[in-house]
Amino acid sequence: MHLDNKVSDGELATKWVNYRSTMNLVAPNNKRRIEVIVVGTGLAGASAAATLGELGYKVKCFSFHDSPRRAHSIAAQGGINAAKNYQNDGDSVYRLFYDTIKGGDYRSREANVHRLAEVSVDIIDQCVAQGVPFAREYGGLLANRSFGGVQVSRTFYAKGQTGQQLLIGAYQALSRQISKGAVTMYNRHEMLDVVKIDGKARGIIARNNKTGEIERFAGHCVVLATGGYGNVFYLSTNAMCSNVTAAWKAVKRGALMANPCYTQIHPTCIPVSGEYQSKLTLMSESLRNDGRVWVPNSVEDAEAIRERRKTALDIPEANRDYYLERRYPAFGNLVPRDVASRAAKIACDEGKGVAPTGLAVYLDFASAIERYGKGEAISRGIPNPSDSKITELGEAVVAQKYGNLFQMYEKITGENPYKMPMKIYPAVHYTMGGLWVDYNLETNVPGLFALGESNFSDHGANRLGASALMQGLADGYFVIPYTIGQFLSNEIRTAPIDPNQEAFDVAEKNVKGLLDKLIYIKGNQSVESFHRRLGKLVWDYCGMSRNAEGLEKGRKLIKELREEFYKDVFVPGDANEFNPELEKAVRVADFLELGEVMMVDALNRNESCGGHFREEYATEEGEAKRNDKDYAYVAAWSWSDDGNHVLHKEDLKFDNVELKTRSYK
Amino acid sequence: MKLKLKVWRQKNNQTKGSFEQHTVEATEHMSFLEMLDVLNEQLISEKKDPIAFEHDCREGICGTCSMVINGQPHGPQKGTTTCQLHMRQFKDGDTIVIEPYRVNAFPIMKDLVVDRSAYDRIIQAGGYISVNTGQAPDGNSIPIEKNTALKAFGAAACIGCGACAAACPNGSAMLFTSAKISHLSHLPQGQVEQTKRVRGMVAQMDKEGFGFCSNIGACEVECPKEISTENIALMNREYLKASLVSE
Amino acid sequence: MSLTGLFLILFLIVHLTGNLQLLSDDGGEAFNIYTDFMSHNPLIQIIAKGNYIFILSHAILGILLALKNKKAKGSKYAVSANNKSSWASGNMALLGTLIFAFLFMHMGHFWFQFKFGSELPLVSYDGVEMIDAYTKVVSVMSQPLWMALYIVGLAVLAFHLWHGFASAFQTLGLRHKKYTPLISVLGKAYAIIIPLGFAILPLYIFFTQS
Repeated sequence: MHLDNKVSDGELATKWVNYRSTMNLVAPNNKRRIEVIVVGTGLAGASAAATLGELGYKVKCFSFHDSPRRAHSIAAQGGINAAKNYQNDGDSVYRLFYDTIKGGDYRSREANVHRLAEVSVDIIDQCVAQGVPFAREYGGLLANRSFGGVQVSRTFYAKGQTGQQLLIGAYQALSRQISKGAVTMYNRHEMLDVVKIDGKARGIIARNNKTGEIERFAGHCVVLATGGYGNVFYLSTNAMCSNVTAAWKAVKRGALMANPCYTQIHPTCIPVSGEYQSKLTLMSESLRNDGRVWVPNSVEDAEAIRERRKTALDIPEANRDYYLERRYPAFGNLVPRDVASRAAKIACDEGKGVAPTGLAVYLDFASAIERYGKGEAISRGIPNPSDSKITELGEAVVAQKYGNLFQMYEKITGENPYKMPMKIYPAVHYTMGGLWVDYNLETNVPGLFALGESNFSDHGANRLGASALMQGLADGYFVIPYTIGQFLSNEIRTAPIDPNQEAFDVAEKNVKGLLDKLIYIKGNQSVESFHRRLGKLVWDYCGMSRNAEGLEKGRKLIKELREEFYKDVFVPGDANEFNPELEKAVRVADFLELGEVMMVDALNRNESCGGHFREEYATEEGEAKRNDKDYAYVAAWSWSDDGNHVLHKEDLKFDNVELKTRSYK
Repeated sequence: MKLKLKVWRQKNNQTKGSFEQHTVEATEHMSFLEMLDVLNEQLISEKKDPIAFEHDCREGICGTCSMVINGQPHGPQKGTTTCQLHMRQFKDGDTIVIEPYRVNAFPIMKDLVVDRSAYDRIIQAGGYISVNTGQAPDGNSIPIEKNTALKAFGAAACIGCGACAAACPNGSAMLFTSAKISHLSHLPQGQVEQTKRVRGMVAQMDKEGFGFCSNIGACEVECPKEISTENIALMNREYLKASLVSE
Repeated sequence: MSLTGLFLILFLIVHLTGNLQLLSDDGGEAFNIYTDFMSHNPLIQIIAKGNYIFILSHAILGILLALKNKKAKGSKYAVSANNKSSWASGNMALLGTLIFAFLFMHMGHFWFQFKFGSELPLVSYDGVEMIDAYTKVVSVMSQPLWMALYIVGLAVLAFHLWHGFASAFQTLGLRHKKYTPLISVLGKAYAIIIPLGFAILPLYIFFTQS
């Protein structure tokens, strides 16, 4: 299959504007007759549904949550990037584009990334107009902070709750369209299949999770904004219900899964504390602005800490290894996520981990507290402040910046991070891979679009901090409303799609069959236990570092686990009622297939890049070694039940940046 | 630690519910929901129906988790959602009573799960700023004083979990509604539609069957985001103003 | 609720100021003249009628509110929470009902008697004949049962005011970082001082006159 990315010719800087100005439009009188299905109400879905509703399309919007406001975008903490250059520090659209391409380890599509950087500035304006309470300076203007992998300050934020505030903004815009009747909202509806008619996506089958009914919804096209698949690892920073099901059903209907092995491991999460652990909690990357990462110099000290004979405070300055500052002096603690995560893993592998499990490093705020405290003392005119006064003042500054994060840390761990350095460890956070889409955000299935984290398009092999929010909103507010016209302008003569035709009958029957199958297995093991085992498998063999042997083994083990699942899973209750266990079972069944394709993809990619680190392909210093000659392509996979998944390649062309070895030293 | 749980079980909204007793073995590092996970695994292994409860992000921000622990929505720890509540807040041998939110406007769906769509409809009745995508001026064109922005943020921090209405002996949703009104009214861009907004949202709140505020203050105490009843005063003021202005 | 409540709060001050004349050591002369003035001055009469309307509407609104809120709440929790809101704030309807009952007793004792009662004691000062309200008050308050009921009624009122005073300001949206703490303290002081002021009267009469 030839993958046409539909990127138009011309200068990179003017490509999007030119394309936008010449693309096909749908006249307002026709928009009223065209129905668009939007699945998902996170940043991408809610902003898309709201904007399409504003434009006049008839929108049906779906969320498996009880309210659109619960989507997992809400949990994003740190911020959203935009090339506003408000700080006068040399930022520009090109620089944001370049940072994102470089941060993604040269595995993303230039045109998409440049467009993302261009519309980033509009996002901030739009959000401010909606009433998003971004942090501000005393003069009343918008404040910024820095994020990893970047040397400018371009991140807009609202304390540690930026995702929440942006999502509420989009949710409010969506609510407005719902109140006007432009969008019909279906809460507690989980998409379980895409319906294709004459090769085009024309509807979905959804389960009303409240009643268990299987319902049909028809439309002229289908937009998926269903998030990432990080929960394949069971333990991740994703919400418990985040899943791949909608995207995976699309794959089963012929869409391609691109770069599934690109998963982002976030370096600063609260470490695992026990077997019962259900999820991991992220500590925002913004903490690395002020926190210093270290482990003890000696394994003996680390051992003493693990056995609780010593604490962090007993290790003198000279015996600490601030390894990020040592290894990467230019970026220090603000190296990109993949680099920071791997460095933490190396430190722990060397036996220097500081949690009883051996899997944690310190994130220390003592020097930030001292620095801020001294600054405050000077600005308040306190002569010769005592150490305790400096600490008090410094803690207050830190509390203002990160108070809610510190509070959260204390609630979870029972330790006071102002006094004792935080313990952190990398955890699965984001998935750069996703449904393959062209420049229009359309998958290879005509009429089926994918936005936000559910597509693969903008982050290459590694996403920079504060870029996920940017991409979700860019896709929803400023890209899909235009590009969807390229498809729909040819559909203005298409009558409303009738949901009572054969394709819907077949799809509905399939869905019902699958649910019944899961219910009637009546085995002995819980869905959760399978999910846990799957997660461990994927983490062990396709986690922070991978090798061919492990991937082969992992693939085999997943297959066996899948077989066991269909023999021995126990799903209580019935299909035709509110049944959270059944919902979980469907999701885990899909993860069990996705996990295999991740291994296949990781095995195919004989290089290390971004979040994909193959042990066989590393420099002597342990840094990732890319192979641009053979692997500068997008690996898009189609699923095959017999296990012979087919690879389709989209070559990546770089006309505007020079491919270099990423260096943050 | 060993705990005795009295958990509300109810098949659906048509049937009556009752308490069911369980014992569960927990550790102090578990979150409250992880403790319930352990219990559910136990129930599933005995081929029994697990306890239905809602949860999602488990980091205190999505607002999905909703249960009443020993009479308090989200349990005993101040400013904490159920998912962030950890078992170190309890002692070995404690008896814990777990119930669903009891508010008429939040009908029980199953066990501890209630339907909170009434809150969505309140937002739909005016909890937004009417600005279409692409119409916005530059973000820095309207300076907003830092503390004003912080106040707006403080109100906007509401996670829509419903604990305020659940805690209120009057079943009132005024803290939730007022938080949104207050968030938007602190910002210049929100003031344009203020009259319409406050009228619409208050009317919808009544229509949903929520009670009236009599300033008991339980909502503020139980709110996991510590939203202040100052917002209710602001809403009352805005509502009075709106009532005095003729159309 | 808040507006009628605030008016009734003002009324209580006036009522107490007048009643304090029961304490003057003149055999009830000042009190009787005051009572006579209050019951014959046309302006006062209008205000009094207004006062009844306020009381009634406060009660009716209160009942409607309580009914609506009870319905909104649905069922109660098995365990009652131990949170920081005051007991009074959660029991305003109960307290209000008790006060309403108390008002019936109070009106029955005095207003009804003065309006419709027969064989009222009379007294005349400087040739002006008027009802000897003072003697009437003394005759009621010197009976232990009535005296006790008045004290209980006033205690109930104190609780009602404990929450009601500041609550009225909040309902009107009058909340301010600087002034609200003051209002709150003032409200609590008021809730103690006014009922206490009233309570002195039956106690004083009971212990000095019987």
